[in-house]
Amino acid sequence: MYNDTIAAIATALNESGIGIVRLSGPEAIRITDEIFVNSSGHKSFSNYESHTIHYGFIMDGDSKIDEVMVSLMKGPKSYTKEDTVEINCHGGVLMVRRILELVLSKGARIAEPGEFTKRAFLNGRIDLTEAEAVMDVIGAGSKHALEIGMKQLSGSLFNSISEIRKKLIYEIAFIESALDDPEHISLEGYPKRLKSILDEELSVIENLIDSYDDGRLIKEGIKTVILGKPNAGKSSLLNALVGEERAIVTDIAGTTRDTLEENIRLSGISLNLIDTAGIRKTEDVVEKIGVEKAYDSSKDADLIIYVVDSSKPLDDSDEDIIEIIKKKKSIVLLNKSDLNTIVDEDTLKGKIPSGCPIIKTSMTLKEGLDLFEKTLENLFFRGELKTDREVYITSLRHKAALEEAKKSLNMVLDSLNNDMPEDFLSIDLMSAYSSLGRIIGEEVDDDLVNEIFSKFCMGK
Amino acid sequence: MEIREMVDVCVIGAGHAGCEAALACARLGFNTVVFTVSVDSIALMPCNPNVGGSSKGHLVRELDALGGEMGKNIDKTFIQSKMLNLSKGPAVHSLRAQADKAEYSRAMRKVLENQENLTIKQAEVCEILWDDLANGKKKITGVKTFTGAIYECKAVILCNGTYLNARCLCGEAITYTGPNGLMAATHLTDSLKSAGIEMRRFKTGTPARMERKSLDFSKMEEQLGDERIVPFSFSTDPDSIQKEQVSCWLTYTNEKTHEIIRANLDRSPIYAGIIEGTGPRYCPSIEDKVVKFAEKERHQVFIEPEGIHTTEMYVGGMSSSLPEDVQLAMYRTVPGLENCKIVRNAYAIEYDCINPGQLNPSLEFKDFEGLFSAGQMNGSSGYEEAAAQGLIAGINASMKLQGRDPLILDRSEAYIGVLIDDLVTKENFEPYRMMTSRAEYRLLLRQDNADLRLREKGYEVGLISKEQYEALLLKKSQIDSEIARLKEIIVGAAKETQDVLTSLGSTPLKTGVSLAELICRPELSYESIAPLDPERGEFKQDVIDQINIEIKYEGYIERQKHQVEQFKKIEKKLIPSDIDYDDVLSLRLEARQKLKKFKPVSVGQASRISGVSPADVSVLLVYLEHYNSKGDK
Repeated sequence: MYNDTIAAIATALNESGIGIVRLSGPEAIRITDEIFVNSSGHKSFSNYESHTIHYGFIMDGDSKIDEVMVSLMKGPKSYTKEDTVEINCHGGVLMVRRILELVLSKGARIAEPGEFTKRAFLNGRIDLTEAEAVMDVIGAGSKHALEIGMKQLSGSLFNSISEIRKKLIYEIAFIESALDDPEHISLEGYPKRLKSILDEELSVIENLIDSYDDGRLIKEGIKTVILGKPNAGKSSLLNALVGEERAIVTDIAGTTRDTLEENIRLSGISLNLIDTAGIRKTEDVVEKIGVEKAYDSSKDADLIIYVVDSSKPLDDSDEDIIEIIKKKKSIVLLNKSDLNTIVDEDTLKGKIPSGCPIIKTSMTLKEGLDLFEKTLENLFFRGELKTDREVYITSLRHKAALEEAKKSLNMVLDSLNNDMPEDFLSIDLMSAYSSLGRIIGEEVDDDLVNEIFSKFCMGK
Repeated sequence: MEIREMVDVCVIGAGHAGCEAALACARLGFNTVVFTVSVDSIALMPCNPNVGGSSKGHLVRELDALGGEMGKNIDKTFIQSKMLNLSKGPAVHSLRAQADKAEYSRAMRKVLENQENLTIKQAEVCEILWDDLANGKKKITGVKTFTGAIYECKAVILCNGTYLNARCLCGEAITYTGPNGLMAATHLTDSLKSAGIEMRRFKTGTPARMERKSLDFSKMEEQLGDERIVPFSFSTDPDSIQKEQVSCWLTYTNEKTHEIIRANLDRSPIYAGIIEGTGPRYCPSIEDKVVKFAEKERHQVFIEPEGIHTTEMYVGGMSSSLPEDVQLAMYRTVPGLENCKIVRNAYAIEYDCINPGQLNPSLEFKDFEGLFSAGQMNGSSGYEEAAAQGLIAGINASMKLQGRDPLILDRSEAYIGVLIDDLVTKENFEPYRMMTSRAEYRLLLRQDNADLRLREKGYEVGLISKEQYEALLLKKSQIDSEIARLKEIIVGAAKETQDVLTSLGSTPLKTGVSLAELICRPELSYESIAPLDPERGEFKQDVIDQINIEIKYEGYIERQKHQVEQFKKIEKKLIPSDIDYDDVLSLRLEARQKLKKFKPVSVGQASRISGVSPADVSVLLVYLEHYNSKGDK
């Protein structure tokens, strides 16, 4: 067990409403006790029971610094398995820093990057791959990324890598036993069998490698494509959500000619928002390319926001869009609710999939956006915002290891094609096996230990 | 009056381990006594009449490179020699020689007798003597024989083989003897136990020997030796050992054989539960094979001569502990053995050995200074495995007496390293046999480059002469400079070149390539492209072999070297001997217990202990980093 107590600011350093200073170590309770008084002005923190939260004040000598909620988690039932205290104070860089400094002056030491998780790991709370996944979560910050992180924690990546490894080790063992016992184990016809197994496993590995880009996207946000006819208000929606004039908005239909991407955060959900050119049949070459692009980006979208100009009747272009949204998770916005309503929910019923949310909005009056946000949130938490892939890789390290495994397996294929004796095959099979093992911590990678911790951000 | 002698080293047992251990100590200048229950049985081969074979051949070549005797001795006494697995890659080529057993034993005895500083003593050692040290460990002080003679010494090497509390089983018939009816050693186990040493009970077996005249070789396939014989020892001149060779014979068991075995399994001491010891899975008796490979219609049977001056033939592949009548019936179902007469029955032998987890990689007991152990005593099986350990134990006992660091070969350096690491690190519950698959880096650990890998170490230890070492340096520099030259010389697409290539069945060139690139082509070799390379010098065959292998398999060799680098990273991370595993918090309980028990010297060794997971190793790595960076913890 460590004999020093570490402290750090556990929340982002910005002007948020709440900031958290976290302490962990044998002195965490003693230090808090010195600076915390409860609502009746008494120092009694050390008497509190584990897993309780308390209202009170942080004191620097006689002066009140801040009004706070302080939670206490005694080891080993805490993240680090040490005594851990979290001081929830008012946000703002100055306040949080002041409390951290106070804590440090009472004997805590500022935590190194990643040190809380490092302690969690060292104290046996989490293993190395879990630590890595936590790092991913922290790095990404969005809730969906958290989901991927948690998936990694719970082992879906672990399972798919384990599956491949199981198959490889079986083949390695087979070759080796045939070398040791040629009398009883024959390698006749084996190269052909191995080739087909390698082809299969290579495609699994390649899929995982491909998922890296998607995985990163998810970390950045859910791919959300805004579709609609020209001048339906798509760019206005983008601007309203981004909070700045990101897209050029005019009354002229067809202003947006290219796709435009923005990353935003709504209710903690990270969206990778893509504004597209309005869908219509056009002879304009440039605009035509834009329309093509709009169709293209909708193909691999996780979510489509279909913006309808409710003041104009539906036409062929709408039919085209409706065809697309039938295959995708979508939200329909009946925009321009401030104008004459020609298209309403009833008009759309029967055309669009049932259960697809329809929301009336007015970008001009900034109406309906709250409901849109709420709807999005519901979709997400009901788990309806899912992506096609089961497993994602999000870490560059994993990607590199998969690439190495791929390279090794291709070398095995080369050896097979060159009719090399079987004992050569196991060299590269073994390399692939080890590379994959490093991803899931089944193979010791001493560089990883340091690398991972140096990447951790402060506080966690 | 009590006999009391003072020597430096006592070696208990004069089998293959004992001979190597005793010779190494004596050659390094230590006054050494080697004890045996029978001077007539020095370097006895109580089982198969050959040395080497798949992966075992590697051990012998490595042992020879380090300065051991087995390779030289088999070169003097072989009657047939063969390089195995030539259809496979160079990593699994392996040399095996049939020995004239009596000659082998006699020749080795002669070497021992003529060795300065070495005394042979026929006596059963019954006790080891020790002092208790302040740190709780023990320190060896000598041994005591059955007759009460005391030999004071600084180091003892246990090479007891299969003699401790041995009993031989042939069906229901049990004799309390060592191999070949020799006297068992029945006292030492108790002494070792009272010294706190943990013992195990293993078993192994041997097939019948048959009278040559009673066999019909016309029903068998003849197995000839190689035309050009490759010696085991790097010091033997290949030209000096080309000689006429005897044949071995191959025949097969059949369904009838298996039927008899199955019908009598209840009379096999192993299946009837009479044998307590665990047998080797990889050197199975014919009963085991029939049970394990039930679907196989036949198993190979090799008939091998036991020597030139005897008509006894060894029946390889059919070791058994079935009763005599079943043996005879079973053997007689095999083509060519229909009228066989058995000279010696097959039997199983049970014996005491130590749990080798108590040893350091130097083969010294962790808690017993000056006490070493080698060979079947450590739970291995096979002459070669025994000899290799004997040599290392002998060297390290000497290193200890000289105050020098022990010679420890790691898994990337030698099969010997793999063998010893496996023995002291992994928990073996059956006799350990060397196998190709046990060596992870076998493309680098070839039998052909054992001298390049290990001669220098043998020289540093003091068992390899300056002359031999300089010959090695010359060989090394010839290989390196010739490979460099071949990479530099470019041949163009001239007509003469194209003609040569076409005549060798190789595709003509489109652009200029280096000679090395040509050698890479499967159909070409250093020798065959000689017409394209008029400038080359003259080299011995072993140099040419290295050039071919290094060039042809360069990519694979490089990749394997990369694997070794990865391996060395944690192998080099040493664990301080005073580490307190209770202080390493997140170790799982099982891992903590195992680490405390095995006391690994490096993180690499720790990672190979069963029950220590990669997660535990990561924990250990992080802990050690703290330990090293902080100094206090």
